[in-house]
Amino acid sequence: MNATRWMFLIPILPLAGAMLNGFVGRRLPRSLVALVACGGPIASFCLAVLWFFELRSSGDELVNWLGDWFALAGLDVPFGFRLDNLSAVMAVMITGVGSLIHVYSVGYMSKDAGYARYFTYLNLFMGSMLILVLADNIVLLFLGWEGVGLCSYLLIGFWYEDEANARAGKKAFIVNRIGDFGFLLGILLIYVTHGTFDLRQINTDAAGGVVSASGLAISDVAKLWIPLLLFIGATGKSAQIPLHVWLPDAMAGPTPVSALIHAATMVTSGVYMVARLGAVYSAAPSVMLVVAVIGVVTALVAGFIAMSQYDIKKVLAYSTVSQLGYMFLAAGLGAYGIAIFHLVTHAFFKGLLFLGAGAVIHSLHHEQDMRRMGGLRKELPVTFALMLIGTLAIAGCPLLAGFYSKDAILEQAMEKNLILWAIGAATAVLTSFYMFRLLAMTFLGERRGAGAHAGDHAPGGHHDDHHAHAGPVKEAPAVMLAPMAVLAGLSICGGIVFHDLPAFVDSAHVAAHGVLGALVSPSGLLGTVFFLGGAWAAWFFFVKSPATREAVASRNPAGRVLWRFSHGKLFVDELYDALVVRPLDVLSQIFYLLVDRLLIDVVLVSGTSFCARVVGSTLRLLQTGRVPTYAGWLVGGAVVLLIVIFMVLNGR
Amino acid sequence: MEHLGLDVVLLFATGVFCIGVYGVLSRQNLIVILMCVELMLNSVNIAIVALGRAALAADPPPVSPNMPQIFVIMVLAVAAAEAGVGLAILLAVFRSWRTTNAGDIHLLKG
Repeated sequence: MNATRWMFLIPILPLAGAMLNGFVGRRLPRSLVALVACGGPIASFCLAVLWFFELRSSGDELVNWLGDWFALAGLDVPFGFRLDNLSAVMAVMITGVGSLIHVYSVGYMSKDAGYARYFTYLNLFMGSMLILVLADNIVLLFLGWEGVGLCSYLLIGFWYEDEANARAGKKAFIVNRIGDFGFLLGILLIYVTHGTFDLRQINTDAAGGVVSASGLAISDVAKLWIPLLLFIGATGKSAQIPLHVWLPDAMAGPTPVSALIHAATMVTSGVYMVARLGAVYSAAPSVMLVVAVIGVVTALVAGFIAMSQYDIKKVLAYSTVSQLGYMFLAAGLGAYGIAIFHLVTHAFFKGLLFLGAGAVIHSLHHEQDMRRMGGLRKELPVTFALMLIGTLAIAGCPLLAGFYSKDAILEQAMEKNLILWAIGAATAVLTSFYMFRLLAMTFLGERRGAGAHAGDHAPGGHHDDHHAHAGPVKEAPAVMLAPMAVLAGLSICGGIVFHDLPAFVDSAHVAAHGVLGALVSPSGLLGTVFFLGGAWAAWFFFVKSPATREAVASRNPAGRVLWRFSHGKLFVDELYDALVVRPLDVLSQIFYLLVDRLLIDVVLVSGTSFCARVVGSTLRLLQTGRVPTYAGWLVGGAVVLLIVIFMVLNGR
Repeated sequence: MEHLGLDVVLLFATGVFCIGVYGVLSRQNLIVILMCVELMLNSVNIAIVALGRAALAADPPPVSPNMPQIFVIMVLAVAAAEAGVGLAILLAVFRSWRTTNAGDIHLLKG
């Protein structure tokens, strides 16, 4: 049975849910809205799993051609979906994690007024993301790419009544636009160079170095600039330096959104795109180096910033940026399979961590500042246990998911470039440190700031905070804990179960070790050391001896400078403010005064009316109302006409 | 009787026409203005008659023999109608404003 022609259902089902909830959701009961919203992604998940196994058994990619979208000169852009190993893995991951987070949202958003609106956006996001990964041509991919960007914007500014949230949404959208401009240029260059938009064809051409349609060799310029321009798009979408500034601010959205869009799926689409066009990147070693360097520097810098943030979601946001840096490091080293491996395991444990943070925030009635937390392990034992699993997984505890994927990346780096490896290794220590710091500040010690209540909002706090702060802290409902438990299970065994994922996604990948071999490999042993070192440091500074931390951070001059830079997020926002935003403000002020006020308002608008008035008041004098005057004009006109006629006749 | 030359008659007609124009433009009294308009119309009649006669003298004549007469009768009819309507308006104007002075009537002043 040729069921693949129904493959378009995978993205369409969530989109249908979005339509339904978007148009009539407000009039439906909440339970029905939740059912529709969760039903679409879950059904997509079932379909994706079904076709995933069919793909695995048959080994043939599945294609679904729906028809032409539009035609350019000599080139048709189709609506076509292709399920190959890479997109199948992505589709299953997105629908799986997405479904879990939809279920979680049912609990998290239960009291929100914009219930239907929220699920409309979330379903729309799922549909766009699935279009992105299933697209068989880069234009359709770009459609999904922009769609997820739009949903990201809508969801970051979901509580738009608060000015700060709306600003964060705008920031994300604008920064993404900068990247997308590069992406669009890349697409145009692909069109000019390759004459096709088909992703498979582009890869084949790039690998052969020849455009198959024309038989011409791909120029060095195109070889260099196509991947570079597309990578600019990826830095925007995946929050890499220098366009990483939007992701931490994106935490203004509801926490499940942070988990789904800004940790598990959308931000990884840059990595997916690089892996999807792997051959194009492999053909340009210098761009590969750029990708790897940007990735590893981002990983280090974000990890460094994450060390000193107080907002629980900001820590996780910078952690996400850092982990995305790892993925780009892997991709830049040519290990696309490993990049996707880390992408998938990261989706598990970062999704879990965000959902855990959401559960904490939910229980504390929208408190996000870790300085006012502490000691929560007693009140929230289940959340604590799940968060501990997530932390162990991301920090690289042996046998857990993050250990395998991160170890694979560092091993690649160790083989190919020791400098990159050293930076990546340092980041591994930082990762372990900031995650255990988060855990310690939130769950260990004693509850701080129990008195810091009433109207005291954390930065980026929500407007819908009707609850009294003093209410008892109690565990999140089961509908929220269950998805977290599933993700926790995946975080524990994901590394082992999906150990052959890199080879599945990337046929060029050669597995270095088996599941147990990785534990005793040099890289694995070092990874364990990094994990333990970071964890020990966090334990020492935040549990054992906070006084030492104070001494290092505030009295030691070097420590103080480092702390300031870390806490100030390296002042990148301030730098962009001074370099881009302010000059733009000044420029627009100048244009406002010169062009708008002077040229348009005064010269054009007032000037036109002034001219009309002057001409009118002058011509008005001709209208004496006396018949002889008019008769005089008439005769004068006749005389002039006669003279003209005679002159013309004489001129003949 | 010696025939008058065509140019003399046309010059005469032009003279009468100019007197009419001058009268229309310079005089204030509506009755005089109307009379001057008549003057202009009839000067045209003179010109038509003269030109028609000159044209019929040619061989073959470029116009039918009746054509000038038809024009003249036409103009006379229009002139009569014009005089009738003009005088009626004049009466109405006089009733409203108690004046026949064209300079005093300037409702259309802008």
